Amino acid sequence: MSVNAEHVDSLKRRSLGSDTYTLDTPVPGISRRPWSGFRNISGILFKLKNHPGAIVGGFVILAYVICAVFAPYIAPHSPGEVALAKRFVPPVIGSINPLGTDQLGRDILSRIIYGARVSILVGVLTVAISMVIGVGLGLIAGYYQGSFDKIMSRFTDLLLAFPYLIFVIGAMSVLGPGFWNLILALCFKGWVEFYRLSRAEVMSQKASEYVEAARALGRTDGAIMISEILPNIIHSILVLGTLRMGNMIVMESSLSFLGLGVPPSIPAWGSMVSDGRRYMLNAWWVATLPGLALVVLVLAINLVGEGLRDVLDPRLKEN
Amino acid sequence: MTRTQVQIIERILAAIPIMLGVVILAFLFMRMIPGDPVDIMMGEAGGVTHEEMASLRAQFDLDKSLPVQLVLYLGRLFKGDMGYSLQRARPVKEIILEAVPATVELALFSLLFALILGIPLGIASARYQNSIVDRIGMATSFLGISMPGFWLGIIGIIVFSLGLGWLPTSGRITYGMAPKSITGLMTLDALITANTGALKDALRYLALPAVTMGAGVAAVVARVTRSSMLEALKTDYVLFAKAKGVPDRTVTIKHALRNALIPTVTVVGLQVGTLLGGNMIVETIFGWPGLGRIVVDAIFSRDYPLVQAAVMVYALTFVVINLATDIFYTYLNPKMTL
Repeated sequence: MSVNAEHVDSLKRRSLGSDTYTLDTPVPGISRRPWSGFRNISGILFKLKNHPGAIVGGFVILAYVICAVFAPYIAPHSPGEVALAKRFVPPVIGSINPLGTDQLGRDILSRIIYGARVSILVGVLTVAISMVIGVGLGLIAGYYQGSFDKIMSRFTDLLLAFPYLIFVIGAMSVLGPGFWNLILALCFKGWVEFYRLSRAEVMSQKASEYVEAARALGRTDGAIMISEILPNIIHSILVLGTLRMGNMIVMESSLSFLGLGVPPSIPAWGSMVSDGRRYMLNAWWVATLPGLALVVLVLAINLVGEGLRDVLDPRLKEN
Repeated sequence: MTRTQVQIIERILAAIPIMLGVVILAFLFMRMIPGDPVDIMMGEAGGVTHEEMASLRAQFDLDKSLPVQLVLYLGRLFKGDMGYSLQRARPVKEIILEAVPATVELALFSLLFALILGIPLGIASARYQNSIVDRIGMATSFLGISMPGFWLGIIGIIVFSLGLGWLPTSGRITYGMAPKSITGLMTLDALITANTGALKDALRYLALPAVTMGAGVAAVVARVTRSSMLEALKTDYVLFAKAKGVPDRTVTIKHALRNALIPTVTVVGLQVGTLLGGNMIVETIFGWPGLGRIVVDAIFSRDYPLVQAAVMVYALTFVVINLATDIFYTYLNPKMTL
């Protein structure tokens, strides 16, 4: 096979992330501009300007992250500070307990701020771990296919036969409550979607000219997968990751709500809602406000996810 | 045999190894418990002799090797024996069969709510794209997708039960109102026995849990119906029908909707997984005496045989419903290769 050197060069530049390339030569197999590191982020942000929802969502997420990271400096009280004399103080904006207190007189605002830590950490860690495992295995399975692919695909079929929440509840009943157990249970099934997506994408990219060109240049399989194919499929993976982060956070709080998530000593929104259930009649704020914090965060993440999807990967749009 | 029939049979055959895999995974589940399950299960009971522990171990086949355990397990399962719940001192199968009607009834009403709300909302949003109806509808469904069931349920209880006093907070029917049990579905039994009082009462108890569980599904259904309707409304046959002078309403319902509903069917099938998962949460919140609440209780009382069997039942149901969706889909759209 003869390879046009100039063409190869332009392809390489494309996948290595220089923005000097032009779009003069139409390249079959490449429908999108490949990921090119941090330089792309400004481009994405620029394109998101037409998605006000995503921008608002981004700022909301930023606010939550700041709260989670600097919780000890932001929270007016310690999350575990019991004050039995001040039980069930109703929320009054501007008072020392702006969102009221719970059955032990603990400040709800402070507990919500600390609760952001668990939710955000679980969301980020589970998505990151699932993504690394799923994409890694997906690259290998899609690139080599063969028996590894067959075995993996059967295994993922099996995992997909379990509804997610039921799988995680079952796993947590075996593992017992705990932060790392929760991460393990969520990731055990979480990687499957990333695996499926990246496998399918690799298979569609494998026959592209730029992959053949890289092979002709004698690049190793590993190098082709990581530095040629991955940058071309990362967009849809990132979109999926963002959309899944909201799901993971909802699942974490659902488990904490059932008492199967993080241990009760760590403030988490789900368990706060669950605690507040007993006092719904007299103190509505104990159960509802932590849930509201959760809804706003998940809404913000989904808004960003949808915006990113429209910008990066319009094919994923429901149709 | 037609091509469609062949496809359907292939699909059924492909589901068999998956189901077997589910059963094996459920079997492994109890063996993955760190430590000795009998120790853990009996740990809280106290006062159990070593001999009793040993006989319990023998009862769970824990004294045999793993492959032998698996064969024995599969053999018993084949005969319909799902194990024995120590905590409830009853066969697991009985407990599960007793709880299934309540769960099925709740799931059916949730699905009904989701379809009745989601499909018209999706159609209206597509028909009047970018109108105020569309914008409000889509914003609401976006909210519905992001809202966790347990929070929605609690808001419902605070507003409609505790605040307005319209609906009961928990349970399935007022004590003493239950109709004669025929199918186990309260509403159906009330209809059969023409007991309108019981029917009204059962519906009042169903309203909040069904809406809580169905809200997320309704949101997804609305979004999918909208986008597939938008596509269908742009097709040539719709344009042609309009050009012929067919009334707008007829075009929307007869020409566009019939084709647009195919993706909706698939999505509803997939959403059953969400319904099954949400089931545990919603039943816990509303004290609904179904399978979900039993599982949650069983987890906390470390009743592993019951948890194991219930997880298996959930997963098998999910596989069967996905299979049914696939088959239904093939019938709706014979062009589609499975």
